[in-house]
Amino acid sequence: MKVRYFAWVRERVGKPEEEIEPPATIATVADLMRWLAMRGEEYAHAFENPKVIRAAIDRAHVKADTAISGAREIAFFPPMTGG
Amino acid sequence: MTIRLQREPFDAASEAGKLTRGRSDIGAVVTFTGICRGDEAGAKLVAMTLEHYPDMAQAEIARHVEEAEQRWLLKGVTVIHRFGRIEPGEDIVLVVTAASHRHEAFAAAEFLMDYLKTRAPFWKQVEYADAARREKVWVDAKASDDALADRWVRPGGRREAAE
Repeated sequence: MKVRYFAWVRERVGKPEEEIEPPATIATVADLMRWLAMRGEEYAHAFENPKVIRAAIDRAHVKADTAISGAREIAFFPPMTGG
Repeated sequence: MTIRLQREPFDAASEAGKLTRGRSDIGAVVTFTGICRGDEAGAKLVAMTLEHYPDMAQAEIARHVEEAEQRWLLKGVTVIHRFGRIEPGEDIVLVVTAASHRHEAFAAAEFLMDYLKTRAPFWKQVEYADAARREKVWVDAKASDDALADRWVRPGGRREAAE
């Protein structure tokens, strides 16, 4: 699946997007954040406080307990500040 | 509905005119323009830069325009949100709502703005004028904006992004 990062999540991870293949045990958005956080220092920094990070699956907002199976694109970003 | 995400400035009066031209069923048009202020929490700004998630922003704004159309009898809606670097005094966002009567137009415009602030995938970064703080800083989301958006949640309504 494709993951995309925005704003300071993107800056901390150091890239705007990438393809990942998490193991089958990674079931939810929260699991995926924990798994990403173990990929290296920059990821650990980006996901150090998962409670403040918002997520979207296939371009719609989702909660952290949402299942990721079948997702094509998952995005992680801070709370939005548009308008 | 018209939804545009663009780097370029927009012309609010011309956009409002496009919604009403040649029609006699519209009795009220509300035009809201959000403008870049020259300060953030008391500190002077040089500019702000808006990052966005293009496909999701388009879809998310469309979902909220559809919800507004279900809640109020609207005759037309235009939303334009700029991205990229914007200097103080420049326009950032435009919401135009047209209806037969003012109540619908006012309510729908306020609803859409409250949702754009908290749900549309845009992120503001500011550049301060103070040389000592020249690096760009991400703007924190405001709890007061969440509270304003929450006013519109109906019993049993959806609000997936809330933790």
